[in-house]
Amino acid sequence: MKTLLDSTRMNITLQRLAHQLVEDHPSFTDTVIIGIQPRGIYLSDRIAAMVKKISGNKQIDYGHLDITFYRDDVHTSNIQVPKHTNINFSIEGRNVILVDDVLYTGRTIRSAMDALIDFGRPKKVELLTLIDRRFSRELPVQPDYVGFAVDTILTQKVKVYWQEKDDKDEVVLIDKDK
Amino acid sequence: MALSVKHLLGIKDLNRQDIEQIFLTADNFKQVLQRPIKKVPTLRDTTVANIFFENSTRTRLSFELAEKRLGADVVNFSASGSSVSKGETLIDTVNNILAMKVDMVVMRHSASGAPWFLANHIDASIVNAGDGTNEHPTQALLDAYSMREQLGNLKGKRIAILGDIMHSRVALSNIYCLNKLGAEVVVSGPPTLIPKHIEALGVKVEYNVKKALEWCDVANVLRIQLERQHKPLFSTLREYALYYGVNKSMLDSLEKRIVVMHPGPINRGVEISSDAADSNQSIILNQVENGVAIRMAVIYLLSGKRDINE
Repeated sequence: MKTLLDSTRMNITLQRLAHQLVEDHPSFTDTVIIGIQPRGIYLSDRIAAMVKKISGNKQIDYGHLDITFYRDDVHTSNIQVPKHTNINFSIEGRNVILVDDVLYTGRTIRSAMDALIDFGRPKKVELLTLIDRRFSRELPVQPDYVGFAVDTILTQKVKVYWQEKDDKDEVVLIDKDK
Repeated sequence: MALSVKHLLGIKDLNRQDIEQIFLTADNFKQVLQRPIKKVPTLRDTTVANIFFENSTRTRLSFELAEKRLGADVVNFSASGSSVSKGETLIDTVNNILAMKVDMVVMRHSASGAPWFLANHIDASIVNAGDGTNEHPTQALLDAYSMREQLGNLKGKRIAILGDIMHSRVALSNIYCLNKLGAEVVVSGPPTLIPKHIEALGVKVEYNVKKALEWCDVANVLRIQLERQHKPLFSTLREYALYYGVNKSMLDSLEKRIVVMHPGPINRGVEISSDAADSNQSIILNQVENGVAIRMAVIYLLSGKRDINE
């Protein structure tokens, strides 16, 4: 097991991502942030709070999206009980920033885009991810904002721990066969 | 996490976790049903056959909508006008339908136990949409789900089931379901319509409908099933309405405001008067609305892992 980001570095990285978002979307009036359930929401909660502080706009539309019903592996993996979707605003014609903790095969993001489009037609969809596992994509999905890029092999796993859920902030790389 | 069962034959076979899981999933589907686009593509590779050997409006429509809103393909079959009248057996009928590559069967049958019999002979998942006077599991789930929406956790809540307990599959499934969720249940109605020894199921009997109403938080009023009563069990419908029917003035005379439910179809003026059925205490149409979400949850949770080589 190897630590990729400790809590100090993780915080610096999150601050940078939030600043990048505000740099690209100065007023944040036409931009919304949507975190992907279950583990993307810890990242998006933090990012949304930081963006509110940095931009000075307290009215940013922010929600959670569950993608369970849009997965492409309903019949090949175990059935999952969904978490809550909470999007109480219109995404029609607006910029959407999708947020997830780890980008790996790209399949979750594919499902998330399908789910999103059932809520309306966004003007533009961007992707923010804390960890980008490069060279492991199964679909042509690329992130717009990356916290930390890492080259991994199939037998490795990247795990992000969050204070709110796991009592610590840390990103680790785990070798499964060891 | 999936359900502990492969089929939904009866509430009897479920455990409390199964029921809670169905409710949690239904919460999400209910949200989907309130969106501009009321469907999800989850089961677009699944075909479901609705096989109804008995009449139905609500249940069949509700199942069909649930299946379509999950993205599944649907075929409907009703016994009238089919080869059943030419003498085809149940297994032959179902196997012929399955030969056309159907993945799941929703069945209503007049014989109690028919879905269990079928489950022993076919591979596809089966959802019981009512079998004779035995069980009607999705109705009980949507009833309990609707109660939970009104009252929160059902543990310790008081539910009265009124009317034709003897012939009602809704009553039996409700009793199993509410027991598993920790609610207290009283059944009430004329002695001829309450089975002997029903206390063995963990319910109390109260022959006085007024007293049952005074005791309860929710009254689930059931239909008098004349089609299943082969000998007269009460004198006249008028007498039944007079002594065992629920009406608005009765509800108004109670100390607290109770929730009134009915699984439908209603015999207006018999087991419940129109002013009670249409009052603001009645959640009859909420039950119907929740039915689609509950059935979506059941079908989704049963359509888990599939053997690709099957």
